Amino acid sequence: MIIKQIKKVQIPGLLLSLGIFVFVSMAVGTLLTHSSDLDLAMVWSDSYYRHITKFSFYQAFLSTLISVVLAIPISHALSRREFWGKSFLLKLLATTLVLPVLVAVFGLLAIYGNSGLLATIFAYFEVKLPFSIFGLNGILLAHVFFNLPFACRLFLQGLNSIPQKQHQLASHLGLKHWNKFRFVEWPYIAGQIPHTAGLIFMLCFTSFATVMALGGGPKSTTIELAIYQAIKFDFDLQVGALLALWQICLCAILAILIQKMSRPVLLSTNFQGTNNTFPHDTLLSKCWDIFWIAFISLLVVPPLAMVLISGVNQEIWSVIADLGFWLAFKNSIIIAAFAGLIAVICAFFILLASRQWRLVGLNNRADKIEMLATIILVTPGLVISTGLFLLLREFSSFSSLSLYIVIAVNALMALPFTLKSLSVPMLQNAQKYELLCSSLGILSVHRFYWVEWKSLKRPILQAMSLSFVLSIGDLSAIALFGSHSFSTLPLYLFQLLGSYQLDSAAVVSLVLLILSVGTFMLIESLFQEAECQTKRAKHD
Amino acid sequence: MATPALAASAQEKLTVYTYSSFASEWGPGPKIEASFENFCECDLEFIALDDGVTILNRLRLEGKSSEADILLGLDDSLMATAKKSDLLAKHNIDLSRVNVEDGWKDDTFVPFDYGYFAFIYDSEKLKNPPKSMKELVEERDDLKVIYQDPRTSTPGLGFMLWLKTIYGDEAAQAWKKLATKTVTVTKGWSESYSMFLKGEADMVLSYTTSPAYHIIAEGKQQYKAASFSEGHYRQVEVAAIVKNTKHKKLATTFMNFMLSDAFQSEIATGNWMYPVTNVLLPTEFEQLTLPVKMLTCDSEEVDKYRKAWTREWLTSLTE
Repeated sequence: MIIKQIKKVQIPGLLLSLGIFVFVSMAVGTLLTHSSDLDLAMVWSDSYYRHITKFSFYQAFLSTLISVVLAIPISHALSRREFWGKSFLLKLLATTLVLPVLVAVFGLLAIYGNSGLLATIFAYFEVKLPFSIFGLNGILLAHVFFNLPFACRLFLQGLNSIPQKQHQLASHLGLKHWNKFRFVEWPYIAGQIPHTAGLIFMLCFTSFATVMALGGGPKSTTIELAIYQAIKFDFDLQVGALLALWQICLCAILAILIQKMSRPVLLSTNFQGTNNTFPHDTLLSKCWDIFWIAFISLLVVPPLAMVLISGVNQEIWSVIADLGFWLAFKNSIIIAAFAGLIAVICAFFILLASRQWRLVGLNNRADKIEMLATIILVTPGLVISTGLFLLLREFSSFSSLSLYIVIAVNALMALPFTLKSLSVPMLQNAQKYELLCSSLGILSVHRFYWVEWKSLKRPILQAMSLSFVLSIGDLSAIALFGSHSFSTLPLYLFQLLGSYQLDSAAVVSLVLLILSVGTFMLIESLFQEAECQTKRAKHD
Repeated sequence: MATPALAASAQEKLTVYTYSSFASEWGPGPKIEASFENFCECDLEFIALDDGVTILNRLRLEGKSSEADILLGLDDSLMATAKKSDLLAKHNIDLSRVNVEDGWKDDTFVPFDYGYFAFIYDSEKLKNPPKSMKELVEERDDLKVIYQDPRTSTPGLGFMLWLKTIYGDEAAQAWKKLATKTVTVTKGWSESYSMFLKGEADMVLSYTTSPAYHIIAEGKQQYKAASFSEGHYRQVEVAAIVKNTKHKKLATTFMNFMLSDAFQSEIATGNWMYPVTNVLLPTEFEQLTLPVKMLTCDSEEVDKYRKAWTREWLTSLTE
């Protein structure tokens, strides 16, 4: 019966979605069945695995708590103050999400590391640095660096959606500071908290590159990292797969809890809200706000500035002259470009299928088909790439397969994000033009060019640039396949950091920063310009 | 006359998986590559991987479709595990030139160098180094050490076996005591050694031959290996031919070449280890500490208990 309801245009998308699901399950399955001495009891009764499970929860809980709690006063201060450079600061807060993890780690090391800026200042006064960035400290610092700005922006968006009328009313009623916060502003922040906290918790719980770079020994290891260690260090594929299943279960439970507790909030990058009218200003509240704005600026700006400043050093020439760097550069570009392209094409076909159902109100069915394709969100990339390799190794050699596998896994990992950013525009397009197209008989390629491409150019390119940027900073898919003859820029950077060649690492960080944040900003500004021009054209 | 490019494509190519410091420009790799290519008129390629353990795991991952002809850089404690993978071939190399204590009889692996693990210290900074493992672990609270992860690095694995042969069933307690003086556990040898040289720790796990590098290459006398009264654990580094190689004959030629003077004389000042044949050693090697007693562990036993012992180490560190 369902088969009859499927339209021709839906078939590729449905097959893709199903294919992705089968593909991921097969990859995990291959690992599970690879060797024969399976001993589940040993894994679950093992105190080490209990420890890392606890640690994963513990660090994710602390990271979330710190990020969410600090985001409240910061977003509050940002919402009611106008100052020079505010829009620039907000742009910077937006970039931490697309920043490659290792670039951020490098920036943080340059400030807080054993030979970083702080240590140099302390050494001047002949005091030793009172903390070490390796271990829990570093993991928390990096997670807060990534997620506090994210939380701030979501809360700020909530605060900006307070209607002007409510500000006026509050000022009529003489609500000051604490009372205004409690009765007017807090409800808008509180509405954002469950969803924001849930998302941050998930991101930190499955964190890989941060923990790998700053973990410092077995004491601070997450499940995701233990999967990597089981596969790469012990060649214990089963333990790797079992831990992956364990993580998938925990994530699924978490995801359901989050879904139950909150409604998802769409994040728009160019949100313009109403201004906060704020008549009851006092010196104390001024100082309070300045403190928090200074705090977030001091957290976000110095590491990024250090990447920019220290990236220009005498090692630039030796890095440029190094063939290894250019090979890594070439691989990174190829992987990111193809992964971005594939992710967008897959998302396009899957959404073609799901929006047909949405048009006739079968939202549940549409959700399911999109969910199948986003299964990768809870499956560690390393498990997929290893499983895929074991499946394919009969047919070809390691070195010729690794590039394709890394592209495929990166495309899969970018797919959930491209799906998310294309789903609303594609649905709207169908709502507007579906009937028109069928009555005029505009089909297939013609429909794609005249209807979809003409109006979806911007979201499509944005989705592509987002997945390009995510793939260019990724370390988890390449982690197993990397060697000195096959690497990407993040892996190359990791190798340099591992061998303490900090000057060269600085140069590579700068290149990665330019590639990722640069691409992102370039695409954004290109569209803004294009928009301005069309507006001007209309006025003329 | 054929152009070099044409000649290269006609030549047979031998692929050797090894660890990165062996193949790097300051390691023995490039010189050995040049002299072997001269000798066999073939193309020798080193594929550099992180460490001995990684070399074996890469082969196990690639299985029968591996491009490797030879694995070079496993050590004696990994031999039984490697043989169990059933991916390595038996050699028929004449081992009479090999001169290591206790002799060498293995039918799969051929040794190419050996050394003794030891803690290295800077004698200008540390005036009274510990005289035994027990002193280091149990008595000295003023010392900070760095060592390597036994899961990733062969020196780390060797250290685990060293401590295990000394402490036996009480190893867990010893690990816990050592943990309080440990700055960090690194993934590979080179990270820990450069951290030690930067002054982040008083002692680092390395080899008794490491001071030779400072004496010969840098003219520095202050780096010394602490001599422990319990004895020092010996590591023999080995190579083996991969079963599915398409260049079995050339691989055998390389294994024979490995025991020749041309290869062995590069070991002392390239890999900073002892050669396995009687080639002449630089005179500076006479200054090095020789262990009072040699400790080893049977490779079958290591294969059987490695997981349990690694787990013991992990658990002691996390509790």
